[in-house]
This record gives sequence, C-alpha cells and structure tokens, in this order.
Amino acid sequence: MTDEPKGNQEKPAQSEAKQPPKVGEGSGQDALSSGAQQPPTEKVTAESQGIAPGKASDAIEGKDLAAVKPEQPEKITEKHGLAPDTPQAGAQPPGAGMPATGTPPTGAPRTDVPTAAPKPPAAAPPATEKPAAPVKPAGPTPQPWASEMVTRFQRQFGSGIQPLTYLGQNYMIVDRSVVSEVLQLMRDEERFDYCVDVTAVHYPQREKQFDVLWVLYSFPRNERVRIKTMIADGESVPSAVPIWPTANWLERECYDMFGIRFDGHPDLRRILLPDGWKGFPLRKDYGIIQQDQEWVQINLGIESGQ
Amino acid sequence: MAEILKSEQNPLALEHLERGATADGTHLDASELILNMGPQHPSTHGVLRVILKLDGEKVLGTECVIGYLHRGVEKIGENRTYAMFNPYVDRMDYVAAVSNGLGYCEAVEKLLAVEAPPRANYIRVILTELNRMASHMLWLGTHALDIGAITPLFYTFRDREEILKIFEKYCGARLTTHAFRIGGCLYETYEGFEQDVKRFCSHVDPKIDEYEELLTTNRIWVERTKNVGVLAAQDCIALGVTGPVLRASGVKWDLRKAQPYAAYKNFEFDIPTGQNGDTYDRYLVRIAEMRQSLRIIRQAVDSIPEGPIMAKIPKVLKPPVGEIYHSIEAPKGELGYFIVSDGSTQPYRVRVRPPSFVNLQALSKMVEGQLVADVVAVIGTLDIVLGEVDR
Repeated sequence: MTDEPKGNQEKPAQSEAKQPPKVGEGSGQDALSSGAQQPPTEKVTAESQGIAPGKASDAIEGKDLAAVKPEQPEKITEKHGLAPDTPQAGAQPPGAGMPATGTPPTGAPRTDVPTAAPKPPAAAPPATEKPAAPVKPAGPTPQPWASEMVTRFQRQFGSGIQPLTYLGQNYMIVDRSVVSEVLQLMRDEERFDYCVDVTAVHYPQREKQFDVLWVLYSFPRNERVRIKTMIADGESVPSAVPIWPTANWLERECYDMFGIRFDGHPDLRRILLPDGWKGFPLRKDYGIIQQDQEWVQINLGIESGQ
Repeated sequence: MAEILKSEQNPLALEHLERGATADGTHLDASELILNMGPQHPSTHGVLRVILKLDGEKVLGTECVIGYLHRGVEKIGENRTYAMFNPYVDRMDYVAAVSNGLGYCEAVEKLLAVEAPPRANYIRVILTELNRMASHMLWLGTHALDIGAITPLFYTFRDREEILKIFEKYCGARLTTHAFRIGGCLYETYEGFEQDVKRFCSHVDPKIDEYEELLTTNRIWVERTKNVGVLAAQDCIALGVTGPVLRASGVKWDLRKAQPYAAYKNFEFDIPTGQNGDTYDRYLVRIAEMRQSLRIIRQAVDSIPEGPIMAKIPKVLKPPVGEIYHSIEAPKGELGYFIVSDGSTQPYRVRVRPPSFVNLQALSKMVEGQLVADVVAVIGTLDIVLGEVDR
C-alpha cells in the first residue's frame, strides 16, 4: 500500500460519486456498452476458473460474453473512438486544456483536481461497476483511474483505452490495434523508461484467450503502470524490443511459455525450454502428466514414469 | 624449415596461410573462433552456457544458452495453494531465499488487503538484510575466486556461516529458510535473538574492512576489474538492469527507498552508487551495501516493537478476484511477483520477474570487445543465480 498512486485512489471514488448522473444524461448507451467490455470479461474468466461454478453461472457467463463480444472487434472500437470524442470536445476544454499548457509531464501529475472531475470517458466504468457488485459482493473491484496522463491518452485513442486502478495499482487495458503506439508514447512522452516485465495470462474460456502485459516503471516519476491487451490464440502483438531492449528475453520467454508471437522481435526462439519442445507449458490446457508419459514411452520404452 | 613451410602437402604451409592475408599483407587472416563455455564450468556459477565468438582473445559476440535448471516454478504455482507455493519461491534465488519469500508473502498480502503487524515487519527486515549480506558475501567470495584471489572466499564463508547459524536458530533451515508466512511470521524470535544479531553486527563490521584490505587496493584486483564490463547508466535502464549493477552505473535507485515496503521507511540508510559502471565499482557498491545493511539491522534490532507477529488472516486463503504486481529490492535487483487471483485457493497465475534473468541479458553488451578472461569477471560481477534465471 506504500505505492505512490495511493493518493489517487481517493479521487476516483469522489468522481464516481459525482458523475453517475452526468453519465446517464450525457453519453448514455455508449458509455454503458463500452464500459461493459472490461469488468464482465474479467469476472467471467475468473469465475469459470473456480472449482465448481455450477451451470447457472455458466449460463450467465455465456450471455455476458455474447453481450460483450460485439464491442470487442477493432472496427467498432474505432467508431467508438470517434463517437465519444465529439461530445467530449465540448465538455473537456476547461480540464483538458489546463494540464497541457500548465504542467506537462513534470512530477506528480495527478494532484490536479479539475482534470479528474470533468472527464466523461473515465465515467463509463463506474456505471458498470454497480451491476457487477451485487453478483459478487466480496472484494474490491477495479475502479476507473483518472490522471493527466490518462486524459492525454484518451484524447488520442478514445475508447481504445480503459484506465483502471485496483488495490492502488494503475493499469490500462489497451486495444490490440493501438498497443505499439501506446507503448512508444509511454516511453517517449510519459518517460516510462524502464520496462520491468513482459508477460501473459491464459484464459482458455475467453474468445480473446490471452492477456499480454507490460509492466512499466518511470524513474523520473517513480510510478508504475501496467499496460494490458487481449489477443486471440494465433494473434500476435508488436514487439517492444525497439522501444526497450530488455524486452528481448522477456518476450522470448513469453513465446516459450505461451506461444505468443511478437512481431518484429529480432530473434524469437525458445529460451528456457529446449528447441524441440512440444507445446507451451503455461497455457492452461497443457497436460503435464501426459507430456511426461509420452516422453518416457518414447525415450525409455516404459509405459509410465508416474 | 623453409622447405616444410612451402610444401604443398602441409596445410599449414606459408603459401596456404598467405592466401588468407589481408590486401596489404600485414597480418594473417584472423578467422573467428567459436568457443563454448559451460554449462559445466566452474566460473559460470551454475549451469550457464555461453557461446563466445572470438577473434584471438577478443570477444566479438556472445550468446547465452539458459534453461538447464528450469523447473517450471510458475506452472507449479498454478497447481498449489497460496501457502503451499511459499516454500517453492525459496528455491529460485537459493542464496537469498529470505528475500524471495518476503516478496511473495507481501504480494499475496496485498492481494488479500492485509498487512503484516509491525513486529513481523521488523523481523522481516532484520532477516532480509542479514540475507542480503549473506548473498553479497557469497558473491564476493566466488567472484574473487573466479578472478584468482582465493583468500576472500574463506573469509566471507566464515562470516556467512554466522548468518546461516542465526537463520538455523530462528527457523531451523539455513538456506531455503521459508522464514515468513503470508500475513506475517510463523516463529517468534528465539531467546537471545537480539543479542545474537547484535553480536554478529559487531563481529562482522571489522571483517568487511578486512575484505577491503585484501582487495580494494590490491593491484591485481584493480587491474582485473577496473574498466572491465562497463555499463553506462542509460544502457542499464534500457536493458532493465537493476540492483547493485544499476547503482554502480550511477543511478541512485533502490526500491527500499523509492517505494518502501515492509518497515524500511522507518530506517535511515544511504544508497551507495558508483560512477564508472565497471566491475570495480560494482564491487565497491556491494561492499558499501553490506555496511548499509548492518546499519539497518542495528536500527531494527534496537527498535523492534512488541506485539503480534501474525495478521488476522483466514485459514484458507482465497484472495478476491484481481491481480497485483509487487516487487522488492532483492540482493540482485528488482524481484517482482505478478499474481492473478480467480478467487479460488490457488493462484490463477504467478509470474516471477527475476532480477538475475534480466541482468544476465546485459552480459553480451558488457563483454563485447573485452578479453576472454574478462567474461569470467563479468559473469561474476553480474551476480546471477541460475536457479533464478531458469526458474
């Protein structure tokens, strides 16, 4: 809890309290549906991983997924990017204009209250937070994350970006199509000069099976942000090696364990496992015992090593 | 003699060799030599294999082959409960098991939104700093041994033994300690713990000067380490290098100060830095870090609060759905845990961000253009543990 973003936690709560009425009047349906993309998908995957979720919840998940999916494809998000932008243009100038001229990226960016309050795009998630809460009362849920940096990104990428904060840690869910631009901007404009980690999480039940994550840190700002994107099996993500050379081995490991391809990687090979290895061990559908038995059958000529 | 050299049958005959001479005829063709080093090599600190491309004694390029010690720690984590996975993390960086455990326990605590009680945090800091010293001592001994100085190994192992004795008395284990539990510590300090730690501090303080006497102004040591494996600050950052290696390049960054965890915000200590980013500076930084660790330990032992050592946590740990990234300053650099919870008793995903793995990536950059003998010095100065590189 000693993380620097701590102070930020309180702000979304305030803005959340103020904003819902605005949301209802203003960007109405649009905000609801675009915001609905994220939290349900997380819930779905999470529950489906539980030990015995039961059929009822499965059915709910199915519906949720169906409701969510149409929003995911890139074309539609592009449209969204245009749609909310136009109403924003009217609403934003007071808040958005100030940070750009006043304090660009110096020091702590989120101490600015006016930017947090009049920001329509970030208001989308709280509306969806409420239907989610009664279903699963236990535990905190990701809250929208508001900061100058986020405002800048949202102005540029619209709904291609969902900034959230959970347990005092900030992250952005970024559409696959804008990942490379976002990563480049994170280093060049926002001075996130240190790429801490590149990794992935596999959700086999989801249509977009993989979360790919970049953990970024900024030395000048002492701030940590995660960038997350979702991709389907077989889809690739742009390599971050030209931006941060450290991503080289990290991406190789990610490929080794998940089979995710990074476009433009100079040398995408297995790194920890032998070159002839079959399968990708950190995928959820990878059978450890089956793999082991196959090996002893071929190499030792015995039925099972177990 | 000249006859033999001119003989057409002799492959080493001068005329054959002359064919490879450069246009101005000044020297013979220096073809590249591929040299394989490891995985069974005493100075690779485990099972690291380095393929060196050489021009004479000069290194043109390197490639690391790793994974010989891969045990699938992250996959194991997905198949164990949160508490069951705790001992496994000790087996990654096995010379700094306490640090690994601290990082993991704190990450899960964050996910559970509990905090370890103050007394537990103090015990954690004391043991983690002792472990940092033990890790640096092991590094110093083996690193000096690689370069040809045998004596420091005996000195450092003698003093490291004292630390391991304290660990053994505290939790029964010397190396893979499993000292901490999620939510705090399992064991209260034993009778005389404070005295033992204080005695160790006053014992080891002059010993660090002894190490320095052996090496700091030793001409062979200086010649072998100064301007060897230089890494500039911007290269460090680009390559994601952390820990003493980063600090030796002049970047004053330590997670204990930048984003304090456990009880570190209560203690005064400095972040030692170097200027040149060479092997010698990294040596000085680690020596200085041992002194800073002593400073922290002394403060912690003097001000250790009374109270419970375990937070109130349920018997069965089921962190709410969500994900967390938490990192600590391990002796080797930033050790991070990224944990995804699906609300069940087992983590959905445990990702370990190992400092050794990332730091090792800088090897190629550091040895390019250096001599073969320097490769050994650079591997030593990076302070890698293959158990953590391969996981």
